[in-house]
Amino acid sequence: MTDNSLSEALLAEHRQVLFRYALLQMRDPELADDAVQETLLSAWQGSAGFAGKASLRTWLIGILKHKIADHWRRSAHDPVLTDSHRLDAAEDAEADEDAFFMSNGHWHSGPSAWNDPEAAFRQQEFWTVYETCQNNLPPKMAKVFMLRELVGLEADEVCREAGLTETNYWVVMHRARLRLRECLEIRWFNSQKQEK
Amino acid sequence: MRSCREISALVSRGLDKPLDWRERLEIRLHTAMCPSCRNFQRQTQFMRKAARRFGADLETRFGKKS
Repeated sequence: MTDNSLSEALLAEHRQVLFRYALLQMRDPELADDAVQETLLSAWQGSAGFAGKASLRTWLIGILKHKIADHWRRSAHDPVLTDSHRLDAAEDAEADEDAFFMSNGHWHSGPSAWNDPEAAFRQQEFWTVYETCQNNLPPKMAKVFMLRELVGLEADEVCREAGLTETNYWVVMHRARLRLRECLEIRWFNSQKQEK
Repeated sequence: MRSCREISALVSRGLDKPLDWRERLEIRLHTAMCPSCRNFQRQTQFMRKAARRFGADLETRFGKKS
């Protein structure tokens, strides 16, 4: 044990989430790893600054964001994903969902059955299709989806990150799932059927 | 009865937040009769798994690119 209120072990628990968060923004494992190291180090050194108001992870992500921003400032690179992608509201949410449903609330063309979908995990081509479909989401929607599903933040953490109300969050995630699902069906599962 | 549009939104919300018993019952009754929503439900769970795997492999993915 140290005199610090935050032990290294406690900080290390958040390493994976921080790393994925950094990686999504920096797209380079070494840079991401550096940023996380620096974050954990400053957190450990400055753990007195952790007021315990926010959750520990929220506090750590706050530090990480500064480290990432420092990096962009030094390298004068364009950040890949920034907070300029903040979501204002779910303005066109209704129109977006209208593409999937008829006015009586039934599916336009409902999801069809996928045969043994998890077998696709073993195929490299599937992951290429998956990535394409994920990148086809509008940027703000993609960010929310990735923070939740890839980075592994909790829903309320994503809301804080993206500046979303809870209601907008549900709408955005649902739209992302509808779009991603349709894309995977068209580009992978239907074309697999035809080949057989 | 809720529509497919409402049920699918509920299914989606259920992935992030526990639903109450009434909502869970509504989903059950609906998906028992509606293959499209049943497929949607299964596929959202599949997509969650896929996204997590993709997330776990991020390092190799970005590593390969540079």
